[in-house]
Formats: sequence, C-alpha cells, structure tokens
Amino acid sequence: MSIDRRDFLKLSAAGIVVGVFPGCATSASEIVKKKGQRVVIVGAGFGGATAAKYIRMWGENKIEVVLIERNPTFISCPMSNTVLGGSRTISDLTQDYDTLKSKYGIELVRGEVKAVDPQKQTVTLADGYLSYDRLIVAPGVDFMFDQIEGLSAEVAGESIPHAWKAGAQTTLLRKQLESMTDGGIFAISIPKAPYRCPPGPYERACQVAFYLKNNKPKSKVLILDANPDIVSKKGLFMSAWNELYPGMVEYRANAEAKHVNVAGKIIKTEFEDVKADVLNVIPPMKAGAVASMAGVVNVDNRWCAVDFLTYESKVHKNIHVIGDSVSAALPKSGHMASSQAKVCAAAIIELMQGRQPDSNPAIANTCYSMVSNNEAVHVAHVYRFNAEKQAMIPAEGGGVSAKRSEVEGTLANYWLKNILNDVLL
Amino acid sequence: MKMIRHQTLTIASAIGLLLFAATSHAEVDAHSRNLAASCAACHGTNGHSVGGTPVLAGLDKALFVTSMKDFKSGARPSTVMQNHAKGYTDEEFEKMADFFAAQKR
Repeated sequence: MSIDRRDFLKLSAAGIVVGVFPGCATSASEIVKKKGQRVVIVGAGFGGATAAKYIRMWGENKIEVVLIERNPTFISCPMSNTVLGGSRTISDLTQDYDTLKSKYGIELVRGEVKAVDPQKQTVTLADGYLSYDRLIVAPGVDFMFDQIEGLSAEVAGESIPHAWKAGAQTTLLRKQLESMTDGGIFAISIPKAPYRCPPGPYERACQVAFYLKNNKPKSKVLILDANPDIVSKKGLFMSAWNELYPGMVEYRANAEAKHVNVAGKIIKTEFEDVKADVLNVIPPMKAGAVASMAGVVNVDNRWCAVDFLTYESKVHKNIHVIGDSVSAALPKSGHMASSQAKVCAAAIIELMQGRQPDSNPAIANTCYSMVSNNEAVHVAHVYRFNAEKQAMIPAEGGGVSAKRSEVEGTLANYWLKNILNDVLL
Repeated sequence: MKMIRHQTLTIASAIGLLLFAATSHAEVDAHSRNLAASCAACHGTNGHSVGGTPVLAGLDKALFVTSMKDFKSGARPSTVMQNHAKGYTDEEFEKMADFFAAQKR
C-alpha cells in the first residue's frame, strides 16, 4: 500500500504514526517512506528536474526519485531578459511540474530544506525528513548581498532588483523601466566572474536598450562591469550596441559596485558615484544554501568541487552536486546544468547496480542571447573529461556566431521550447 | 577425448565471447546514449525535436555521420552546428548515430 504525502500528514495529525521513526533528531515523521533504492534531489531547476527525469527514464523506473522544490512552478531564467524588452511575459516562461509526476513517477515534495545529515543520509524539511541512498544537490546560486554595502535581500525585492532569478523581480524591474521618464538612466551592475549566465548581463543591456529605443529614446543604459572586459560574446554585443542602439549603451570596465544608496539611487564604485533612475545591481553569487547545509562547499567558501565522472562531492560520499553550484571551468548555464544532470543520472544508475560510470563524458553547451526582439547570437562549446587534469575542458572548435541574425533568433526560441520539453515533459 | 575437450573449450570460449560481446555492447550503448543526450536541448529528448530543429530520432546512420562530418569540415554551412561538430571525434559521430538510428520516430 502506498501512502501519499497528504494522507500521511493526515495520519500524522491523527497521531497514528507520530513517533514511529525515532531515528531523526530534528523531526519525527518520514515524509515519503523509502521503499527501495532512492535518490533525493534538492532543487527542480534545469539541473535537478533533468536529473529526476533521466534517472527514472534511463533507470527503467527502478530507482525511487524524490524531487524537493520550494517554488510552486518552474520559471525559466534563460530568455527572461526578453520580459524586460517586452517580447515575453513571465507567464510565457512558467511551466508546472505535473508531467514529472504523472509520466515519470517522480515524487514531488514542495518545501524548503532545513538540514542535511550526510552520515544518517537524511534531508530535513519543516514537516519531516526524507532518507536517501544518494542525494543530488541542485540549488542554483544564492546572492552575496553582504558584499555590497546597503544591499540586502529586502532591498533587492523592493527597490533595487537583481532580477537574476526569473520571477517577481523580473516583473518589478520591467515596471520600473515603464515608470522611468524619457531621458533617464538605467544602470546595470555586473559582479566579477564566475556568476550565473556569463552573457546574461550584456543581453539584458540589449533588451533594456530595445525597450528604451522604442519607448523612451532619450534614455541611456549604463553598464558598470566589475570585470576588466566584457565576459562573453564581446564583439557581437558591441556591434549590437553600436548598430542597433547607437549612442544609447555605455560600457565601463573595472567598475565594481561597493555600496548602494537606496534612497539616493546611487551606486558607488571604487572610482565614482553613479546616480541612475533605475538600478539593477546583480550581486556576487555562491552555491545555493542547501550546498552549505550539506557541507559540500569547499572552494573559496563559495562553490563545490566534484568528481566529473559522477558529480559526487569531493567532501561527502553519496552527495552529488550539479549546475551553478559546481566549481568548474564550465559556464553556469541552464543547458550546462541539464547536461551535467544527465552525466550524474547515468553515473548514479551504474553505481547503484555496482557498475563503473562512463569514463569518458563529453557534454555540450549552446547559449543564445537575444540582442533585440527577433535577433540572436550564440556561443557553443563541447566540453570533455580530461583524466589527467580530472577536469572538464573545452574540446577543439566551439565559438560564437559569425553575426547576429533573425535565423538565430528563431533558433533561440526553439532552443527554449526543446530544452523545457527535455527538462520537464 | 582430446577432440571432445577441444570442442568444449571452443564452445566455452564462444560463450565467453558472446558474453563479452553482450557486455561490451551494452557498455558502448550507454556511452553512445550519454553522448547523444547533450543534443536534446535543441533536438528534443532522444532526438524527438518539438520544433525548429531536425528530428534526429530514427535518422539514417550514414546520413547523420556524413552531416556531422560536413558541419565539421565546413562543407555544409551552418549557424551553430559547426561549433558542436568540431568538438567531437568521427568515432563519436558513429556512436551518436547508432543511438539516434535506434530511436523510434
């Protein structure tokens, strides 16, 4: 007999099963009873949701998969800059998780992880715990607000959005643009690499410029980049700015935000105070909080070192880390997280059957940036495992578009459709 | 006696070979499947594109391999594919082709 979570909670409330599981220190009830070999995955973004689907699909449904997610729906970060440009809304980028449950038999648990015990192999939520044989930590990034004086999660949510996770802050930033008077300044502050989505800030500058050009043509986009140069697709972004939005986009290198004055709408860098009408400060990033809870953050106090054949943590056995939280010379992108998830899924299936994982993984990344409402540019690379270096390194070839084009704009839209289908359906 | 023993050995080694072949075949399949999995972001799960890119599921093996080699050499112009094709070996094209050819359309 299988008891689903709701029934189980009812039973719990009735006092029938309370106290049956004394093994867990912080919470008494096992949220979903573990029956066979089980993988628990924390985070249902591009990485976590892909891992869940592929473990079930490739593992012939023999491995239990419990997928924990705190958000009610999936919202795609890729393409979310087009919400600022106006060619999409957040609802266009939102999908439910229903198919993962109905088609693949994945147990979805909505909630926030409070603790991870690598020895007892449990994950604790507010209303109980889950046991695992293997855990996949896929929390994406968290923001280091404390690196910029005056900034906080509250400030980001209310007045100076980072909008670096698609959702409410994306909509807020769009509304701020709509309220800005013609002739105003939109300032975007970019943290030092590595951060999620290397070309993303420069794409955002294009999308904001696209909106302003068509609605408030006297306005400016000011890019304050903590990096010494444009991090990704430099030539393509520069020609987009110069040719599509002439005189509108200004780029300043080595301009790291140190302080924000919320009321005065001022970003302070080492060299200057910049006053703007709309401030978009993207803070430095680190592995999501669950990675810290699991004790697998071991690089610069920010990222997680893994074995690239399995994505198993270098700190704890049976805990795997995928996606943005991983320390690697791989771009922190949705496609990369999804590709890593497949390597991890395949390896876990082999390991659970006492076999060796694939010893020669090669994974690909394709990343489109929309430079207007209908034109895009891309960067694409293949990365392969190097046994000597124990690292993923770029294979030969790879590179960027010859030029921006509407063809790539169309391909970018289909990329989104196909990858969302691959991750969620 | 000698002959029987010889036959037994032959049969034993034949079974051994078959077992080896079966094992190594499964091994190659998982690796091919894993290699092909990266294509899904643009070409759909198991090559079942939901639009905008060619369906790779059920694609003729020779056609896949030739296309990839042509993308790699530049004989076939492309927007994105040359950047991927150059990153893989010809042997890997064969493996990916095996996987896609085996998928139902």
